[in-house]
Amino acid sequence: MGGAHGHQLHFHAHSPLHRAQAHLKILALLFFMIGVVATPREWFPVFGGYLVLLLGLIALSKVPPTYILKRMVVEVPFVIFALVLPFVAQGPRTDLLGLSVSESGLLGAWGLLVKGTLGVIASLTLAATTEPQALLMGLQRLRMPALLVQIMGFMIRYLEVVTDELRRMRIARESRGFSARDPRQWSVLAKTMGALFIRSFERGERVHLAMLSRGYTGKMPG
Amino acid sequence: MSIPVLEVTGLAYAYPDGHQALHGVDLHVHQGERVALLGPNGAGKTTLVLHLNGILVAGAGSVSVSGMPVEKQYLQEIRRRVGIVFQDPDDQLFMGTVRADVGFGPANLGLKGAALDVRVMTALEQVGMAEYADRPPHHLSFGQRRRVAVATVLAMEPEILVLDEPSSNLDPASRRELADILRSLDVTVLMVTHDLPYALELCPRAVVLSDGHVVADGATYDVLTDEALMRAHRLELPFGFDPRTIV
Repeated sequence: MGGAHGHQLHFHAHSPLHRAQAHLKILALLFFMIGVVATPREWFPVFGGYLVLLLGLIALSKVPPTYILKRMVVEVPFVIFALVLPFVAQGPRTDLLGLSVSESGLLGAWGLLVKGTLGVIASLTLAATTEPQALLMGLQRLRMPALLVQIMGFMIRYLEVVTDELRRMRIARESRGFSARDPRQWSVLAKTMGALFIRSFERGERVHLAMLSRGYTGKMPG
Repeated sequence: MSIPVLEVTGLAYAYPDGHQALHGVDLHVHQGERVALLGPNGAGKTTLVLHLNGILVAGAGSVSVSGMPVEKQYLQEIRRRVGIVFQDPDDQLFMGTVRADVGFGPANLGLKGAALDVRVMTALEQVGMAEYADRPPHHLSFGQRRRVAVATVLAMEPEILVLDEPSSNLDPASRRELADILRSLDVTVLMVTHDLPYALELCPRAVVLSDGHVVADGATYDVLTDEALMRAHRLELPFGFDPRTIV
């Protein structure tokens, strides 16, 4: 949370990967992911090949691997789910490090973990080497409906405004002695999210007014 | 006398919840004037502003801009003629780059290519922000964003520039820079503000709106030095500021 992390997915550098056309990179990511998902999870060496390919691209892009590594925390909920899977799945059991786990669960966890991780690394690499604006242009080139591109553009534009608002609300809460350690106080957090939603909704209305005032008729110029 | 740029006659408006915000407002602004619109919170200033370009539709009375009535069939032209700069630049700057944002209005008017480029750069030069054309608006300082917000409207070559609280949240240097910019523009200005020294500095004429009525309309100096009027309508000069010692 907080403004400092806002738009920090893009890593400024000059590399062949940075220079490549955004729409080509998006297509490459798409085909790569289809390939990864379609690979049977028992083909263990193939996933090694995928990883080597990605690491090679990251090396080429001059983005420090730790930069990607730190941003992989988004995957944590999936990792937790994958770790639980071998213990709760049904079927024949097997021993792993002295624990009895489900065989199919273990394989399922592996599949989830390896495909998810490859997907996250590949997406982060795309985000690190492509400016958000270029990404939008790329999607437009690929004929994504203009309305969706517009919505994504607004999302990028207002991400920092909204996270900043959230940060100010957190500071205001904590300045009045609030701490969220006690689960009984979590309802306050839920109310904060509600307030943020209403504020964002109202901002949306004000932005719409500002657009109308400059002659917006429902279609983005350009 | 020539046709006023802005002619508001008997304008009344009630919000859907029944709150009557304006009770028969009359206001004429002529070409080249800079007019301050003063009044306490809740006086109806913003409601009035939203009528000027047809965002809100008059309950009674009329608004016209250089003789063109604010009515549905003329809205596009009215919105070109009346440029509103809203209070929060984050509401006004919604595109990915400064250039795209300043170009949004003129592009809606049908400008393209080189003509659009010229319009955008001219507007940015007027506010001294030309070198920031390719930056995303959220990477600019607040004062810079306010200036770009002014440029987004100037790019439409409006006949009247309407500013909602232009000096709010600006540091003193940005506040002065904006004043210099506004003075340098050859355009009619209606400025809604609580910043009375700013009104005196920039606008020879002031109109006081209170509780949906125009209660004063005259030289800004006379309005600010009329103590009974000021007290009656919750207007207060900042501590230590006396117009008499300046003019």
